Amino acid sequence: MTRKQQRLILILSAMAFLSLAVGLILYALRDTIVFFYTPTEMAEKNVQPGTRLRLGGLVEKGSFRQGENGIIHFAVTDTNKSVKVTYKGVLPDLFREGQGVVAEGVLQPDGTFKADTVLAKHDEKYMPREVADSLKKQGLWKHAKDYGEYGADGAKAGKELTQ
Amino acid sequence: MIVELGHFALVLALATAIYLTVVPIYGAQVGSARLMNVAAPAAGVLFLLTLLSFLSLVNAYVVSDFSVLNVWANSHTDKPLLYKITGVWGNHEGSMLLWVLILTLYGLAVALFSGNLPASLRARVLGVLGAVCVGFLLYIVTVSNPFERIPLDRAPVQGRGLNPILQDPALAAHPPLLYAGYVGFSVTFAFAIAALMEGKVDAAWARWVRPWTLAAWMFLTAGIAMGSWWAYYELGWGGWWFWDPVENASFMPWLAGVALLHSAIVVEKRNSLKVWTVLLAIVSFSLSLIGTFLVRSGVLSSVHAFAVDPERGVFILSLLVFFIGGSLFLYAIRANTLRTGGTFAPISREGALVVNNLLMSAATAAVFIGTLFPLVYEAVTGGGKITVGAPYFNLTFGILIMPLLLLIPVGPMLSWKRADLLPALQRLWVAAVAALIVAFFVVLWVDHRAFKAALGIGVGVWIVVGAIAEMLQRAMLFKAPLKVVLKRLATMPGQMLGMTLAHLGVGLVVMGAIISSTWKQELITSARPGETLKLAGFEITFLDESKVRGPDYVAEQARFQVKKDGRVLGIVTSEKRTFAGRAGMPTTEVGLMYFPTGDLYVAIGDKDSKGRVVRIYFNPFVYFLWLGAAFMVVGGITSLLDRRFRVGVPDRQKIPASAQPAQ
Repeated sequence: MTRKQQRLILILSAMAFLSLAVGLILYALRDTIVFFYTPTEMAEKNVQPGTRLRLGGLVEKGSFRQGENGIIHFAVTDTNKSVKVTYKGVLPDLFREGQGVVAEGVLQPDGTFKADTVLAKHDEKYMPREVADSLKKQGLWKHAKDYGEYGADGAKAGKELTQ
Repeated sequence: MIVELGHFALVLALATAIYLTVVPIYGAQVGSARLMNVAAPAAGVLFLLTLLSFLSLVNAYVVSDFSVLNVWANSHTDKPLLYKITGVWGNHEGSMLLWVLILTLYGLAVALFSGNLPASLRARVLGVLGAVCVGFLLYIVTVSNPFERIPLDRAPVQGRGLNPILQDPALAAHPPLLYAGYVGFSVTFAFAIAALMEGKVDAAWARWVRPWTLAAWMFLTAGIAMGSWWAYYELGWGGWWFWDPVENASFMPWLAGVALLHSAIVVEKRNSLKVWTVLLAIVSFSLSLIGTFLVRSGVLSSVHAFAVDPERGVFILSLLVFFIGGSLFLYAIRANTLRTGGTFAPISREGALVVNNLLMSAATAAVFIGTLFPLVYEAVTGGGKITVGAPYFNLTFGILIMPLLLLIPVGPMLSWKRADLLPALQRLWVAAVAALIVAFFVVLWVDHRAFKAALGIGVGVWIVVGAIAEMLQRAMLFKAPLKVVLKRLATMPGQMLGMTLAHLGVGLVVMGAIISSTWKQELITSARPGETLKLAGFEITFLDESKVRGPDYVAEQARFQVKKDGRVLGIVTSEKRTFAGRAGMPTTEVGLMYFPTGDLYVAIGDKDSKGRVVRIYFNPFVYFLWLGAAFMVVGGITSLLDRRFRVGVPDRQKIPASAQPAQ
């Protein structure tokens, strides 16, 4: 084989392989992506029962309830609409009423949402970005990053410690 | 005052970095030895200034100077000294300063060890490193200043404390290791760019690039393993890898680094694949930059993101465009000046390394697309949000990596230039038999349904036994007297031994991943003290609950007695901690008990109507993952110690080893 032929074989087999890989990636993407909706979007898009999706918003105040067999009930709201969620499992450390949450699961025929994963925000600064965005859209976002608030917060912490 | 000094040193460092970029590269262009020679001292000064700046920030943390915004937001007077110091890089601004400190340290190391490089190559490499420094220092000085003060009249008396989940020994070491990996690829990158400027890539170049790549890859391996271990015991979810965007961000440069390590071998030994290797060097560093971008800009929804800050995002994005775009442009116009070297048949050691590179690249691309697809989708659809989760990554990455895993033992059996597949496979019969026996054993005796898992474990055994078999055959086992074999084993070159260890590590990771995810047992329930829970043959009795105090936290502690076959094995405790200044952020402290067959993992949750929520997992052989990573790191070190890496010593007789710089 000449040098040219050898290189041609190399390049052709690489191309063939790469197109296979691309095909695999596209196939996997089509079947595994999960859409993210807020309760309002879920109502607007008329999501069919059985669809797998991520639901994001705030945990509605007063909605948390511990049911039978370890099943937990709560509602996710974007203050406009809210969706009832059931979940069996352990909630993350930072799950609180009134705080941001993302639940992944399947919409049931009765309109409730059966979650198999619940994510809460990771620290008090961080909120799932989807939730932050939708809160910003509705004007419910609070900006905490200016000196005034830092100073006040710090002073409060100091007072608590000296007491 | 010290804080201002640190800030000032940082600005001086920026000026030095600009000098380091401009003067030596210009000097190399016009051929002025005087201008080129300033590179090494400038790299030294740059490191000292950055170190001064970093130490002044550390000092502000140690003395708890809360008039510094960054210290106030991330520290607390009650914090143990260790966490005061690690708090420096437990936040955005400080971690970027650490990034630059490590970068300048690499610059200094290159300056020290590059005395025998051609002067123009050395000047250009250091100049390119200087340019990377300029980008990041500019970023810190303009939009990410860690020395920002709170106006004195408002300065608080107490800090807000470090993010509690970061308050952990493993996480103290995780960012520095990870950064040492990310930043290490900047050296390889600098060599690639310098080579493009020079228009020359040869075996000596590859011998230079390989140890730096190896060092970077090793640090990245250790950093990722440390992060995964931390996620395993600190987040309390019992998992060790979540395909989270930030995990992917560190995984992509790692994969590209593996490809680069292997292709650099071909450049060094066979003077071939040069153009491709230069591209890989650029890609590895680009992925490191993208990793930093993904983590630091908060652009992706991720559990790790520090803050959502568009100003910084735009800055890092511009840096990214400049470095990646610029280097790819240079590559496009200059790559044809690199002459191609030796040819090889499709079935040969080179061929195997090409296949490695193809599969590695495809796997990297699959991770890359999956990680960034939600961003692209959102941009294209104007706000539509999707997630690409574990199923996508398991499917694509799994399918692409499987053939590579199968080929790992085969590659080293092939000879350079032209090889026969059949004899190579015949030499691997032991590994094949071992793999089949283990796979059959698993299906017949352990779990009838776990067919896929049995195959996966078989692949792991195939890699481990294959690696050992290759080493023993290299030592002429059964072909030479035992004395000769032992001598050959003892004098085996570090590179070969390193390869064996690293491949062995891959096999262990494969087995650990498959076994722990297939046969993991879990029990999530509520219990009161006195109740006994059963899992995986263990009897776990909830003994009692109490409140305990740490230096800067209070915790609810639950104790559990572990029994098996009526024998008491010990007590595990799990805690729920609430830290001073971060009351809204409790953390879980997992209780772990280690056995040869796996880990017993106990975590407590909140209280509910039926007592306390308790999560118990049995994770079989999960420690293989970290053992495997340790093998890879030790393999890397072994390989680095190989004297053949020391440039300019092709032959021991010519130059005494003591005259050589330590690698």
